[in-house]
Amino acid sequence: MLCHRIIPCLDCDLAFPEGRVVKGIEFKQIRYAGIPWQLAEKYYEDGADEIVFLDITASHERRETMTHVIEKTSENVFVPLTVGGGIRSIEDARKVFNAGADKISINTAAIKNPIIVNRLARYFGSQACVVAIDAKRRYVTGPEEANDKIVIKTPEGLCWFECSIYGGRKFTGVDAIRWAMEVEERGAGEILLTSMDKDGTKEGYDIPLTEAINDRVSIPVIASGGCGASEHISEVFQKTQVSAALAASIFHYGTYSIKEVKEFLAIKGIAVRLG
Amino acid sequence: MGNIKSVCNALKYLGAKPVIAKSPSDVKGEKIIIPGVGAFGKGMNNLKPFIPKIRETLTSSIPLLGICLGLEMFFEGSEESPRTKGLELMKGKVIRIGTKLRLPHIGWNSLEIRKRACPLFQDIDNGYAYFIHSYHALPEEDVLAATTNYGCKINASVWKENIFGTQFHPEKSGALGLQVLKNFLEL
Repeated sequence: MLCHRIIPCLDCDLAFPEGRVVKGIEFKQIRYAGIPWQLAEKYYEDGADEIVFLDITASHERRETMTHVIEKTSENVFVPLTVGGGIRSIEDARKVFNAGADKISINTAAIKNPIIVNRLARYFGSQACVVAIDAKRRYVTGPEEANDKIVIKTPEGLCWFECSIYGGRKFTGVDAIRWAMEVEERGAGEILLTSMDKDGTKEGYDIPLTEAINDRVSIPVIASGGCGASEHISEVFQKTQVSAALAASIFHYGTYSIKEVKEFLAIKGIAVRLG
Repeated sequence: MGNIKSVCNALKYLGAKPVIAKSPSDVKGEKIIIPGVGAFGKGMNNLKPFIPKIRETLTSSIPLLGICLGLEMFFEGSEESPRTKGLELMKGKVIRIGTKLRLPHIGWNSLEIRKRACPLFQDIDNGYAYFIHSYHALPEEDVLAATTNYGCKINASVWKENIFGTQFHPEKSGALGLQVLKNFLEL
């Protein structure tokens, strides 16, 4: 039986020589959590099913620091590594694959130039091509106000979801649900779905968002944003059919270890890889 | 996935000295590994210059390991690229996974070892391995060494004499995967 994946995410500030893992709150305030390859090794030993590295600086000058981080990590970490942040071309992607990444994650470049999803999938295979979607709720009084967008009922009211790019700094008007369906068509192998409303709040995943997208695509979806406790991970697996849950701060600051989270999930009857 | 760099890293971690063969004359090691990247047709095309060398393993005793697409290419052909012939080291063809569940099949799935005698699985109890694929091989001879379940039975590993294949990625399957590679290195 296929296990639900638990994926720690390392948001990397590459202004430092070896990089620093940081964690923002609602994409803004920043705290430092450690050196990327050291944290990655710790998470691997602790049972992480995959590890995601996001370059939050996303500038070309610092791409070499990320390459170095991945090279160093992949020498001792034998689970899949995904790298995202600032990848704009086949050439950018090739560099991170050559450094030892197994998958790349793209957001901004895909929204600005959607054909890049087709190209990356054709070139490196769908399995290596993750599209990240940062979605923000836009509340409306009714569907007519949402202009063709897919409107979802949430406990807080009706809303559609807007895609954001540049690490949450720019909004696009793009409907996140429709965009998810489009990137599947274009060949994406997975969707990394982050709720901007929940990210950093530690209130739990955005269940209506996760369910809305997961039910409309047939590729695996990774839920992200809002995890502050093991219960949030069991909740997202029990209320939606997502394949994986991504979390950052609960692991970085030692609230729970990955092993503790997995043991908790196993008791709840959720299939996870232990030991 | 299954990129050569990851396989080399795992082999180095285990103390081996892998060489990436750029031309057939580089293939003179004690063992051969074919990691898998991308689609069947493209993979066979990249492999073209090496085909005579690889087919030699049918008559020599050099251990050969195919990973993911590498395993798939052992067979006669694949639905993924119907016009391309495979290496024909094993009888059977590669088909799209016939499951109602999501594809690609991505993640950690439990291995059921079918052939306990298979050297790859020495010192390994059934455990979890990392899969990432949409196709799998349907052998027409008795080579199935391990399976997994994803709404249907999936071929996880094949073994025929000195020829081994894993549909999962041992280089990305944590301690279990490293043990599989170690077993291969010790052949």
